[in-house]
Amino acid sequence: MIGLPEAVPLWAAIPVSLLLVLAGILGLVGTFGLVRLSNFYQRLHGPAMLNTLGAGSVLIASMLYFSVLQTRPVVHELLITIFVLLTAPVTTMLVIKAALFRDRRASRGDVPEDPTLAGGRVTGQREE
Amino acid sequence: MTVLLLHWAMGFATLAFALSGIFAGIRLFRGPTAQDRVVALDVLYQSAMLLMLVLGMRFGTQVYFEVSLLIALVGFVGSIALAKFLLRGEVIE
Repeated sequence: MIGLPEAVPLWAAIPVSLLLVLAGILGLVGTFGLVRLSNFYQRLHGPAMLNTLGAGSVLIASMLYFSVLQTRPVVHELLITIFVLLTAPVTTMLVIKAALFRDRRASRGDVPEDPTLAGGRVTGQREE
Repeated sequence: MTVLLLHWAMGFATLAFALSGIFAGIRLFRGPTAQDRVVALDVLYQSAMLLMLVLGMRFGTQVYFEVSLLIALVGFVGSIALAKFLLRGEVIE
Protein backbone atom coordinates (compact mmCIF):
# COMPACT_ATOMS: atom_id res chain seq x y z
CA MET A 1 0.00 0.00 0.00
CA ILE A 2 2.62 2.50 1.08
CA GLY A 3 5.40 1.04 -1.02
CA LEU A 4 8.12 0.81 1.61
CA PRO A 5 9.97 -2.49 2.07
CA GLU A 6 9.02 -4.74 4.97
CA ALA A 7 12.59 -5.97 5.41
CA VAL A 8 13.75 -3.13 7.64
CA PRO A 9 13.94 -4.31 11.25
CA LEU A 10 12.68 -2.21 14.12
CA TRP A 11 16.13 -1.52 15.58
CA ALA A 12 17.05 0.25 12.34
CA ALA A 13 13.69 1.88 11.66
CA ILE A 14 13.63 3.74 15.00
CA PRO A 15 16.98 5.59 14.64
CA VAL A 16 16.28 6.33 10.98
CA SER A 17 12.91 7.83 11.86
CA LEU A 18 14.33 9.80 14.78
CA LEU A 19 17.14 11.22 12.66
CA LEU A 20 14.73 12.18 9.89
CA VAL A 21 12.35 13.91 12.29
CA LEU A 22 15.27 15.70 13.97
CA ALA A 23 16.56 16.88 10.61
CA GLY A 24 13.12 18.09 9.59
CA ILE A 25 12.68 20.06 12.81
CA LEU A 26 16.16 21.57 12.48
CA GLY A 27 15.52 22.57 8.90
CA LEU A 28 12.19 24.15 9.79
CA VAL A 29 13.61 26.09 12.73
CA GLY A 30 16.66 27.24 10.79
CA THR A 31 14.78 28.52 7.79
CA PHE A 32 12.08 30.04 9.95
CA GLY A 33 14.89 31.99 11.57
CA LEU A 34 16.02 33.02 8.10
CA VAL A 35 12.59 34.51 7.52
CA ARG A 36 11.89 35.98 10.94
CA LEU A 37 15.16 37.47 12.22
CA SER A 38 15.60 41.17 11.68
CA ASN A 39 19.24 41.71 10.73
CA PHE A 40 21.34 40.15 7.98
CA TYR A 41 24.08 39.08 10.38
CA GLN A 42 21.48 37.47 12.64
CA ARG A 43 19.84 35.76 9.71
CA LEU A 44 23.06 33.97 8.84
CA HIS A 45 22.82 31.89 12.02
CA GLY A 46 19.57 30.15 11.12
CA PRO A 47 20.70 28.22 8.05
CA ALA A 48 23.75 26.92 9.89
CA MET A 49 21.41 24.49 11.67
CA LEU A 50 20.21 23.15 8.35
CA ASN A 51 23.78 22.99 7.05
CA THR A 52 25.47 21.07 9.80
CA LEU A 53 23.25 18.98 12.03
CA GLY A 54 20.29 18.76 9.64
CA ALA A 55 22.34 17.58 6.68
CA GLY A 56 24.37 15.27 8.92
CA SER A 57 21.24 13.66 10.32
CA VAL A 58 19.73 13.02 6.91
CA LEU A 59 22.97 11.61 5.57
CA ILE A 60 23.48 9.29 8.54
CA ALA A 61 19.85 8.15 8.26
CA SER A 62 20.33 7.46 4.56
CA MET A 63 23.51 5.49 5.18
CA LEU A 64 21.85 3.39 7.90
CA TYR A 65 18.71 2.79 5.86
CA PHE A 66 20.44 1.67 2.68
CA SER A 67 22.99 -0.40 4.62
CA VAL A 68 20.20 -2.33 6.30
CA LEU A 69 18.15 -2.57 3.12
CA GLN A 70 20.95 -3.92 0.96
CA THR A 71 22.67 -5.89 3.79
CA ARG A 72 26.04 -4.38 2.96
CA PRO A 73 27.75 -1.20 4.11
CA VAL A 74 26.67 1.76 1.96
CA VAL A 75 28.90 4.71 2.72
CA HIS A 76 28.89 6.85 -0.39
CA GLU A 77 26.75 9.45 1.40
CA LEU A 78 29.98 10.37 3.17
CA LEU A 79 30.93 12.17 -0.06
CA ILE A 80 28.08 14.63 0.36
CA THR A 81 28.82 14.95 4.08
CA ILE A 82 32.45 15.85 3.51
CA PHE A 83 31.59 18.17 0.66
CA VAL A 84 28.91 20.04 2.60
CA LEU A 85 31.11 20.31 5.69
CA LEU A 86 33.95 21.70 3.58
CA THR A 87 31.99 24.14 1.46
CA ALA A 88 29.40 25.64 3.81
CA PRO A 89 31.93 27.70 5.87
CA VAL A 90 33.63 28.92 2.69
CA THR A 91 30.36 30.21 1.28
CA THR A 92 29.40 31.81 4.57
CA MET A 93 32.76 33.55 4.94
CA LEU A 94 32.61 34.93 1.41
CA VAL A 95 29.05 36.19 1.83
CA ILE A 96 29.98 37.82 5.14
CA LYS A 97 32.95 39.52 3.50
CA ALA A 98 30.74 40.79 0.71
CA ALA A 99 28.07 41.98 3.16
CA LEU A 100 30.63 43.81 5.34
CA PHE A 101 32.11 45.44 2.27
CA ARG A 102 28.72 46.57 1.01
CA ASP A 103 27.53 47.79 4.40
CA ARG A 104 30.72 49.77 4.98
CA ARG A 105 30.44 51.22 1.53
CA ALA A 106 26.87 52.30 2.20
CA SER A 107 28.06 53.61 5.64
CA ARG A 108 25.13 52.15 7.45
CA GLY A 109 26.59 52.95 10.87
CA ASP A 110 25.75 49.68 12.61
CA VAL A 111 28.79 47.93 11.17
CA PRO A 112 32.18 48.32 12.88
CA GLU A 113 34.90 50.02 10.90
CA ASP A 114 37.55 48.21 9.00
CA PRO A 115 40.37 47.74 11.57
CA THR A 116 43.01 48.35 8.92
CA LEU A 117 41.59 51.81 8.23
CA ALA A 118 41.21 52.83 11.87
CA GLY A 119 44.98 52.96 12.43
CA GLY A 120 44.98 49.98 14.71
CA ARG A 121 47.76 47.47 14.56
CA VAL A 122 46.50 44.35 12.83
CA THR A 123 48.52 41.20 13.19
CA GLY A 124 48.59 38.35 10.76
CA GLN A 125 47.63 40.36 7.75
CA ARG A 126 48.59 39.09 4.36
CA GLU A 127 50.53 41.18 1.90
CA GLU A 128 49.10 41.11 -1.59
CA MET B 1 4.64 -1.22 12.22
CA THR B 2 8.12 -0.33 10.95
CA VAL B 3 6.66 0.48 7.56
CA LEU B 4 4.21 2.88 9.13
CA LEU B 5 6.93 4.46 11.29
CA LEU B 6 9.22 5.00 8.32
CA HIS B 7 6.31 6.25 6.24
CA TRP B 8 5.40 8.97 8.71
CA ALA B 9 8.99 9.96 9.43
CA MET B 10 9.84 10.29 5.75
CA GLY B 11 6.60 12.15 5.09
CA PHE B 12 7.39 14.59 7.87
CA ALA B 13 10.94 15.12 6.65
CA THR B 14 9.72 15.66 3.08
CA LEU B 15 7.16 18.23 4.21
CA ALA B 16 9.68 19.94 6.47
CA PHE B 17 12.28 20.35 3.74
CA ALA B 18 9.66 21.50 1.25
CA LEU B 19 8.53 24.10 3.76
CA SER B 20 12.18 25.08 4.32
CA GLY B 21 12.45 25.72 0.60
CA ILE B 22 9.32 27.84 0.73
CA PHE B 23 10.73 29.88 3.63
CA ALA B 24 13.97 30.39 1.72
CA GLY B 25 11.89 31.44 -1.27
CA ILE B 26 10.10 34.02 0.85
CA ARG B 27 13.44 35.47 1.94
CA LEU B 28 14.68 35.32 -1.65
CA PHE B 29 11.62 37.21 -2.82
CA ARG B 30 11.53 39.90 -0.21
CA GLY B 31 15.13 40.16 1.06
CA PRO B 32 16.01 43.83 1.33
CA THR B 33 19.62 43.54 0.20
CA ALA B 34 21.46 41.45 -2.35
CA GLN B 35 23.40 39.47 0.24
CA ASP B 36 20.12 38.33 1.79
CA ARG B 37 19.13 36.91 -1.55
CA VAL B 38 22.46 35.11 -1.94
CA VAL B 39 22.02 33.46 1.47
CA ALA B 40 18.42 32.56 0.61
CA LEU B 41 19.55 30.91 -2.63
CA ASP B 42 22.18 29.00 -0.65
CA VAL B 43 19.53 27.70 1.76
CA LEU B 44 17.19 26.91 -1.13
CA TYR B 45 19.61 24.59 -2.86
CA GLN B 46 20.59 22.95 0.39
CA SER B 47 17.02 22.14 1.31
CA ALA B 48 16.44 20.83 -2.21
CA MET B 49 19.48 18.61 -1.80
CA LEU B 50 18.21 17.20 1.49
CA LEU B 51 14.75 16.75 -0.03
CA MET B 52 16.29 14.68 -2.82
CA LEU B 53 18.02 12.49 -0.25
CA VAL B 54 14.79 11.88 1.65
CA LEU B 55 12.94 11.12 -1.58
CA GLY B 56 15.67 8.62 -2.49
CA MET B 57 15.08 6.84 0.82
CA ARG B 58 11.35 6.97 0.26
CA PHE B 59 11.45 5.37 -3.16
CA GLY B 60 14.35 3.06 -2.31
CA THR B 61 16.61 3.94 -5.23
CA GLN B 62 20.15 5.28 -5.37
CA VAL B 63 19.45 7.57 -8.34
CA TYR B 64 18.44 10.45 -6.11
CA PHE B 65 21.84 10.33 -4.41
CA GLU B 66 23.53 11.39 -7.63
CA VAL B 67 21.00 14.15 -8.13
CA SER B 68 21.74 15.33 -4.62
CA LEU B 69 25.50 15.26 -5.17
CA LEU B 70 25.10 17.27 -8.38
CA ILE B 71 22.91 19.85 -6.64
CA ALA B 72 25.53 20.21 -3.89
CA LEU B 73 28.38 20.70 -6.39
CA VAL B 74 26.63 23.13 -8.73
CA GLY B 75 24.98 25.05 -5.91
CA PHE B 76 28.31 25.62 -4.18
CA VAL B 77 29.85 27.00 -7.36
CA GLY B 78 26.84 29.26 -7.88
CA SER B 79 26.96 30.64 -4.34
CA ILE B 80 30.70 31.30 -4.57
CA ALA B 81 30.21 33.07 -7.91
CA LEU B 82 27.44 35.26 -6.51
CA ALA B 83 29.43 36.15 -3.41
CA LYS B 84 32.49 37.03 -5.48
CA PHE B 85 30.32 39.17 -7.71
CA LEU B 86 29.03 41.05 -4.68
CA LEU B 87 32.60 41.54 -3.50
CA ARG B 88 34.27 42.56 -6.73
CA GLY B 89 31.53 43.78 -9.04
CA GLU B 90 31.31 47.07 -7.20
CA VAL B 91 35.04 47.50 -6.80
CA ILE B 92 35.40 47.74 -10.52
CA GLU B 93 32.52 50.17 -10.97
